[in-house]
Amino acid sequence: MAQVYFEDVKVGDEVPQLKKNCSTQQLVLWAAGSGDFYQIHYDKDFAQRTGLKGLIVHGALKNAFLGQLLHDWAGEKGHVRKFGCAYRGMDEPDQDILCRGVVTKTYQDGGKNYVELDVWTEKPDGAKTSPGTAVVTLPSKN
Amino acid sequence: MTQEAKQSVITDEMRAVVGVEGAAATLEVEKTNCRMFARSVGHTDPIFYDEDAAKARGYRSIVAPPGFLGTPIFNPSRPPGAPGEMGGRGYSIPYKRVLNGGTEYEYFPENDVICAGDTITARSKVTGFEEREGSLGPMLITTRETAYTNQHGKLVAKMYGTVIQY
Repeated sequence: MAQVYFEDVKVGDEVPQLKKNCSTQQLVLWAAGSGDFYQIHYDKDFAQRTGLKGLIVHGALKNAFLGQLLHDWAGEKGHVRKFGCAYRGMDEPDQDILCRGVVTKTYQDGGKNYVELDVWTEKPDGAKTSPGTAVVTLPSKN
Repeated sequence: MTQEAKQSVITDEMRAVVGVEGAAATLEVEKTNCRMFARSVGHTDPIFYDEDAAKARGYRSIVAPPGFLGTPIFNPSRPPGAPGEMGGRGYSIPYKRVLNGGTEYEYFPENDVICAGDTITARSKVTGFEEREGSLGPMLITTRETAYTNQHGKLVAKMYGTVIQY
């Protein structure tokens, strides 16, 4: 993907969306990758015994999706300096999770070009299940 | 909602731990773990998979993907903190249910970037307690901050976590 430069970014811009859809296999991969083996994410009987309708996607995986959204946008010369989200709503496997980000502030400080963003994951009905914020530094054209 | 003053669940022994760093934990950043984490997210950037690609971009080795701060060293003879305690700090909360409220990661790439081969020291502390009346009833919100330092003594990341008990 082409490098995005600080001069090209303005408040209100949306970063290219990232669409995810987790199979149960991906949730098991994440359990191994992250070390979070809580059974509500891969054992349906266990999840239902806790009162859930079924399996749910790990909150930290949705956070990591936002990390990918930002990493891919910042490009080779940019850096993701801060990102995170609240685990506000649940997402299910085999359902689209749209990862989005909108620029809220741009400024320069100490020779660095900072971009602040609102980031979130969204369900097909538009509900924001993981609202958060991020800070990225981008290269300058000059 | 009655006008009676609610009993706070925040005790003096809890207030005493605010700002106090717990025991340091060691995390290993290995190539295989970086790849596994990146694969489970669906990353496509080769710096998370291929050492040559990472080196060509100026990194020491495979880069730890966003949100991956290393793997705690598992040892069955050293079990984690007992249930009911918060990270083995020795205070207990009357609420039974726990929710992970959210997590924020902060990186300091001007210090160093976390790469495979690194050994990270993590130091965690409670930064505050707050009580709130929510849709789930009375809640205790605990905020926590963990600082991650690499083998060269460089601060490479911080994690800010929120835990909700109700």
